[in-house]
Amino acid sequence: MGSINRRHFFRRAQHFVTGLAGGMLGGTLPSAADTTLVQGAPASGYGARSRFETIKRWITPSRYPTATASWTPLAELEGVVTPSALHYERHHGGVPDIDPQAHRLLVHGRVARPLEFTLDELRRFPLVQRVCFLECSGNGYREWSGPGGADVQQTHGLTSCSEWAGARLADVLHECGIEPDARWVLAEGADGAAMTRAIPLDKCLDDVILAYAQNGEALRPEQGYPLRLLVPGFEGSISVKWLRRLKLGTQAWRTREETSKYTDLLPDGSAREFSFVMEAKSVITRPSPGGAPLTSGFHEIRGLAWSGRGRVTRVEVTTDGGRSWQDARLHGPVLPICHTRFTLPWRWDGAATRIASRCHDETGYVQPTREVLRAVRGDHSFYHYNGIQCWQVDGDGRVRNA
Amino acid sequence: MREQGRHYRAALALVPVLAATTVAGADAGDDGRYGLGHAAAPAHIAAQDIAIAPNGAELPPGGGDARTGAAVYAARCAACHGSSGREGPDPVLVGGQGTLASDAPLQTIGSYWPYATTVFDYVRRAMPFTAPGSLTPDEVYAVTAFLLHANGIIEADTVLDRETLPAVVMPNRDGFVPDPRPDLP
Repeated sequence: MGSINRRHFFRRAQHFVTGLAGGMLGGTLPSAADTTLVQGAPASGYGARSRFETIKRWITPSRYPTATASWTPLAELEGVVTPSALHYERHHGGVPDIDPQAHRLLVHGRVARPLEFTLDELRRFPLVQRVCFLECSGNGYREWSGPGGADVQQTHGLTSCSEWAGARLADVLHECGIEPDARWVLAEGADGAAMTRAIPLDKCLDDVILAYAQNGEALRPEQGYPLRLLVPGFEGSISVKWLRRLKLGTQAWRTREETSKYTDLLPDGSAREFSFVMEAKSVITRPSPGGAPLTSGFHEIRGLAWSGRGRVTRVEVTTDGGRSWQDARLHGPVLPICHTRFTLPWRWDGAATRIASRCHDETGYVQPTREVLRAVRGDHSFYHYNGIQCWQVDGDGRVRNA
Repeated sequence: MREQGRHYRAALALVPVLAATTVAGADAGDDGRYGLGHAAAPAHIAAQDIAIAPNGAELPPGGGDARTGAAVYAARCAACHGSSGREGPDPVLVGGQGTLASDAPLQTIGSYWPYATTVFDYVRRAMPFTAPGSLTPDEVYAVTAFLLHANGIIEADTVLDRETLPAVVMPNRDGFVPDPRPDLP
């Protein structure tokens, strides 16, 4: 097709191929508009994704839209970093609108010098940065009693992974002079719930970040702008957002979020408290429920694995319902307490089967089955579900939670 | 404190020198500090110091009993939690004692919460949902008394205040165990 004819054609049929071209392509595929014939959009100050890209967080229906959660669409993402705009949310009192110039962090309690810090002052402390996942302890809560979520977004979408940057909490606490009898640090947010969690001081002095940046820019409002805690490997709610206050004390505070909530009820009626660590977990994101039905032939199985205790060392995948397991390829760099991408080539023969992944971490921990978890923790646990996730591939190529 | 304050000012004076050095480990001053931040005024601390630990040390003056609390509850809480705290639709606050080991555990303030101070702390900071932080200390003491009385934990005429509230022993006070994970065979 010559250039004159081509121009003529595209002016008349911008969006859909019809007639001759449709016949040539064997169907009604969208045409590729010839973008070489016109000037594109100008440069922009702050970029936006293509108008053709529409994936978004799924929001848990609630009578209280300011105290709910939104789930990351893991099935549609690649790599290990979650775009900031798609990072999961869990709010207890909505997203506050905070002026960073007016915001202060107060550090007091069992310290020699109670101090307040502006954002500019916190930025003057030595930088610490790391790529780190954050997972809500309720991620997968529907799966305790059997297949629950409709797709991977609803079964596993309360984990996300970002590059975080900020100050070492240890540096800021030392600045205030930690008293010898201090054992716990209460963190309080400036949201409508004045969200509070207490963190063992040892953890605070180890690897906790006072984060002001996520994926290279300021935190998003829904991620705690202008300042949040980032507590690597611990359940997400302890990484308090919109952080306004830290108080050092000799004992835990027993706030609502560490007694009534975020505790694990056991069959004998007792409950575990201070169950902070998110244990090793993995999920196949492709294929997974919700996509177009599979056709037989080659598919690369893709998924994510992570552990709050360190590096993922191995991910095994079964494509025959657990009769055999193969080691998946881990795509580096494999970082501690970080989403790790795994893949495994697979040729689907068109027969119904079940696929699943299980991960190992550097402590030797192996991701358990639902049955093993329930045998130990019973039927009334809500948090910390990390069972092997099984997808059923039906003979017609549809994939569902099994 | 006077001595520490002097060191603090000395550290501030070192900042320009520190900023010019790139030697690893030499970024903080001799005392390990950077000289950042500014002293927090006691009044400013007191205004924010609202978290109530089990010892109740930060509880404010004031008090209230279940009778007063019933009116506060009816006006500010019942729309979401039900007229008696048992109906919902939002978290059930009353009942459930003896159910935690059953097939249908009901985790309420009375059956599950280990410390009464937590009720005061949470209600004051986060409730009512549509107007968090709007109750006076007297109202928070009173509605706490209402909820504890409804759960059979205190008498109707018990006045809760900064002395009596921390002394309340909750039914599930000893119901919590440390996290033993990894816990699987």
